[in-house]
Amino acid sequence: MKTVMSKKSVIALYVLPSLILVLILIYIPIVLSGYYGLTDWNGVGKMKFIGLDNYITLIHDKLFWTSTWHSILLGLFSVLSLIGYLIVSLILASKLRGSNLLRKIYIIPMLLSSVAIAQLWVKIYDPNNGMINSILTSLGVEHTPLWLADPKIALYAIFLPIVWQYAGFYIIILYAALINVPEELIEAARIDGANAFQIAYKIKIPLISGVLKVLVILAVVGSLKYFDLIYVMTGGGPGHASEVMASYMYKEAFGKFNFGYGSAIGFGLLVISMAATWLIQKFLKTKSDD
Amino acid sequence: MNQMETAKVDMPSTPVLPAPKRIKSTALKKAGMGLLYIVLIAIAILQIYPLIWLFELSLKTNQEVFGMSPFALPKHPQWSNYVDAWTSGNIKSYFFNSVWYTIVAVVLTLILASFVTFALTRMQWKLKGFILALFMAAYMIPLHSTLIPLFNIFNHAHLINNPLSIIISYVTFNLPITVMILLGFYKSLPREIEEAAIMDGCSVHRLFFRITLPMTAPVLSTAAIINMIYNWNEFVFVNTFINSEKWKTLTVGVNNFVGQYLTDWGAIGATLVISILPILIAYIFLSDRIIEGLAAGSVKG
Repeated sequence: MKTVMSKKSVIALYVLPSLILVLILIYIPIVLSGYYGLTDWNGVGKMKFIGLDNYITLIHDKLFWTSTWHSILLGLFSVLSLIGYLIVSLILASKLRGSNLLRKIYIIPMLLSSVAIAQLWVKIYDPNNGMINSILTSLGVEHTPLWLADPKIALYAIFLPIVWQYAGFYIIILYAALINVPEELIEAARIDGANAFQIAYKIKIPLISGVLKVLVILAVVGSLKYFDLIYVMTGGGPGHASEVMASYMYKEAFGKFNFGYGSAIGFGLLVISMAATWLIQKFLKTKSDD
Repeated sequence: MNQMETAKVDMPSTPVLPAPKRIKSTALKKAGMGLLYIVLIAIAILQIYPLIWLFELSLKTNQEVFGMSPFALPKHPQWSNYVDAWTSGNIKSYFFNSVWYTIVAVVLTLILASFVTFALTRMQWKLKGFILALFMAAYMIPLHSTLIPLFNIFNHAHLINNPLSIIISYVTFNLPITVMILLGFYKSLPREIEEAAIMDGCSVHRLFFRITLPMTAPVLSTAAIINMIYNWNEFVFVNTFINSEKWKTLTVGVNNFVGQYLTDWGAIGATLVISILPILIAYIFLSDRIIEGLAAGSVKG
């Protein structure tokens, strides 16, 4: 048995096709991105090696840091909204009737393409014919906001569809974790006189801290690389009011054909994402890690 | 973490133990429950209403869109918006491109991921842990950092404007999450049948194709539907690697279409509905599998 199941030729046949794909299309490009960052290159012509110039420019590029800050803001918002998702999940997981159906409804926006969601919300935010300003007008608001066209609020306006899109996703994961909290623990606490809030705070939340940590990482890293919805809704504008790292990279490379500098931004995005993951891992130590 | 396997089993609502001490508070409790339900239902409405609004929009005339309240129902549903959307532009060809890219990529991903998962959970070899870590870590890498090099690689391979670049990218970038989804199931699968088959002199390939693969059908369908959603909705690869109208998919095509027909909201609405309808229909039939897959893929890391 052992010999058959450790045949090298079979293992190679089963693993190598996938491994080669992942190496060539994911890992090698990561290294290449760092290298292209060292060149002056328009994407089709010859690459000119210019050393660290692009990275030095990047460090002094205000626009890069603005877009990084916007990405970080999205990450912070996403982590904050986890609190809301957690509250909803706690309610749903308290053996509420109909929680199954509610979860199924909550998740629907998550199934749709970011392009469809972006186009839909562009219509919802339309200053003249959109849903939101129509409500505001009927409430007596005279100067309705321009939403996506207003540099001061565009980024925040984009956050609403993001919450809308991902709410169900986080809720089903939190719910799944919560209903696995052993019933005996909750019952014991109840007999000791603990109320619902104490049970949630002292028992349920600590017990799902591992899942919470994973979700914080997902929310932050997901936000740092956020692209589709912003690219379609505002293209990073007006001006650069809603520019994020990925959209900045995309514009530099595929809009202005600065592939060298675009690669440097892409590499910056990778480094910042990795650093964020590492920091969260470090600071959110859970019991399961010890 | 096998919390997720049991997640799909909703606990039956067990009768609450009689608690005589708390009888006084039942009225208050009921009111509280009512309030909670109102909040939860309000959230459900917020989640679903924009889509209903989109559907209404898709049936409106331009006069209704620009002259009346956005909340007014369409008086005479303009199904012709759908006919226009389907026949004008290239929506039809985008749609069928999306269909076949999605199907081919899903089939390839499932086969490759099953091979890997089988080797990782059933076979004995040294680098197992390292290879698994490699697949897991790939899931965390932002794909945008790979985009420029990928473009260059495909350009040199003459795969720009070629559906192959899209399918290869879909397969590769979905492999990590698919392996994650399959892994839990493979680990929980009893090995007796497989061990017996080997004792009987069954070859590894025969074992894999005839015994293991059929046994994993449930998790394969979960992985398939998750892959289908991801591929159907994918935007940035097609937007970057494909220029010609002939090979564009629905997400990119719809986005261009909206840019071209800025003032025809009815047709835009109809196009958007066409682009999301296949997923919504799949969801009606496979909601449990989809929920299970979304949860499993994300937390099992």
